[in-house]
Amino acid sequence: MALVIERTIDQGPPAASDLALVAKNVVKAFHASGKDEKNKRIRAVDGISLSVLRGEIYGLLGANGSGKSTLIRLFSTLLEADSGQVTIFGYDIRDDEMAVKRLINRVSVEASFFKKLSAMENLVYAGRLYGVAPAQSRLRGTKILERLGIDAKRHDEPLEKLSRGMQQKVAIARAFLTAPTLLLLDEPTTGLDIRSKREVQAFVRELRAEHDATILLTTHDLEEAERLSDRIGIVDRGKLVAEGTVAELLTNANVSTLEEAFMGLTGHKLEDADERSEPHAP
Amino acid sequence: MIARLSGQIGLAYAFVDREVALSKRYWAWELVWIVYGIVTSLSVALIGRAAPVISGQVMDEATLDRFVLYLLVGSIAWRFLGIVFENVTEVIAWERWEGTIEYTFMAPVHRITHLLGMCVSSVIRASVFSTIILATILLFLHVDLSQANALSALVLLAVGSLAFIGLSMGAAVFPMLWTEKGLQMAYIVQAVVLLVSGVYYPVDVLPGWMQALAVISPATYVIHGLRAALVDGAEISALWSDVWPALLIGAISIPLGLRAFLFAERYAKRTGRLKRSG
Ligand SMILES: Nc1ncnc2c1ncn2[C@@H]1O[C@H](COP(=O)(O)OP(=O)(O)OP(=O)(O)O)[C@@H](O)[C@H]1O
Ligand SMILES: [Mg+2]
Repeated sequence: MALVIERTIDQGPPAASDLALVAKNVVKAFHASGKDEKNKRIRAVDGISLSVLRGEIYGLLGANGSGKSTLIRLFSTLLEADSGQVTIFGYDIRDDEMAVKRLINRVSVEASFFKKLSAMENLVYAGRLYGVAPAQSRLRGTKILERLGIDAKRHDEPLEKLSRGMQQKVAIARAFLTAPTLLLLDEPTTGLDIRSKREVQAFVRELRAEHDATILLTTHDLEEAERLSDRIGIVDRGKLVAEGTVAELLTNANVSTLEEAFMGLTGHKLEDADERSEPHAP
Repeated sequence: MIARLSGQIGLAYAFVDREVALSKRYWAWELVWIVYGIVTSLSVALIGRAAPVISGQVMDEATLDRFVLYLLVGSIAWRFLGIVFENVTEVIAWERWEGTIEYTFMAPVHRITHLLGMCVSSVIRASVFSTIILATILLFLHVDLSQANALSALVLLAVGSLAFIGLSMGAAVFPMLWTEKGLQMAYIVQAVVLLVSGVYYPVDVLPGWMQALAVISPATYVIHGLRAALVDGAEISALWSDVWPALLIGAISIPLGLRAFLFAERYAKRTGRLKRSG
């Protein structure tokens, strides 16, 4: 039964396109989980339309709770939208789910691994799921991990023994191992120290340069958005309130810093959470 | 077609390989479960051995051997089926706890392939555990296996695994729908199955309404058949009356369990229950 579904996948993308991702009017609401909010719904993503060009690094900037992670989950088939349409390299994420899954990978905020398995075991396992042979995963994995400054002797240690920063690097290595054409990074540097942050940022840029990858990342770090992204989308209360290069955003808002632009567009500081519901775990 | 099929089997193997690696890393816990299993089965067998003392009746050696084996078959078979049930039921709960669930559900792997890998791992695990338990008990205690028909027993365990896989895929849905309560519900299902399936006693001793439940529990047939095979040496051809109901339950519960699982996955993706933090 399941085997038949694959048929369409090997036929190449429906239309050659230089658009990596196109989202049209995407809406996702959740039931609020608070006691007296039983029947309230939160529109976590409230009608977002955006396009990401092939080879681009697109940064989604927004406060806590603005809907960034929800959007990333919608794009990575982990959530189903209430309405709207998303295509990734021409594949509809609902109708061609398996084809989309082959093209993407996602790094979540918290590095999620089998904690007792080593970095290498986790990589080999992840590789297998994407059709990368174990020997090749080991080879590529070793290279990527070393490039990220993780010493070879730590590759076989249980992951729980690695620092948070190292784990995040392994998470990025895992995503890259599968050579995704579209990489979704949800706050890739949150919780890292300045040095690791810089290393991860440099690595992301290097990957784009060398691997024809398209990257969509979220951040609530102004500097990171500026440093990494070709274009920035500002998300506020589930809506995309502005989009453009840093220069465009500054000109349009008639200000001189991104911070001011953000304030002008959203009416609040980036550090102030979007409070549309009860606070939730970061 | 063939290439695609072998590709899917390769993918399913990724899960088996992962489970083996996890088992090695969690070896201390595995040891705990094995010791626990040995102690349980050994205690039950010793209750059997002590039957003359407890009841104050004289029993000849043959009767006693038979009684001990009767209990032991129930105890070890239940361990086997229980491991299959638990491992498959915990497919969601375990990965939620590890935090890897989103990565597994995002991977380009058909759910049927994923579940196939997990079911195969759980049958392997159950086989290894039960073999170790049985072997250890044979070291401690005289068990009369002279009549045992191993082939019949293996066929029954295979059929029983299929039926239990179907049931446990259905039960695995609970943790997907109710993050915390779900697993608790699944354990209740398992406990009820233990009670009604005649694991340690013939189902005839159950109250009438429980016997009705016994009819739909695959464990009833598997354990009844296993006893016939191991205690009385029944040929598989003589066990058809135990094989077909278990097969039938498997034939119904596997497609149904799979459907339920796929449905629950979509439901979880619609309502944001797969995972929410981040
Ligand atoms: N699975 C879910 N179930 C219910 N509500 C959810 C779920 N996921 C997100 N929400 C709610 O949707 C809103 C947007 O959350 P989201 O996690 O997308 O924000 P975010 O921009 O990623 O925030 P942060 O910077 O804190 O990660 C929040 O109000 C959140 O509580
Ligand atoms: Mg987030």
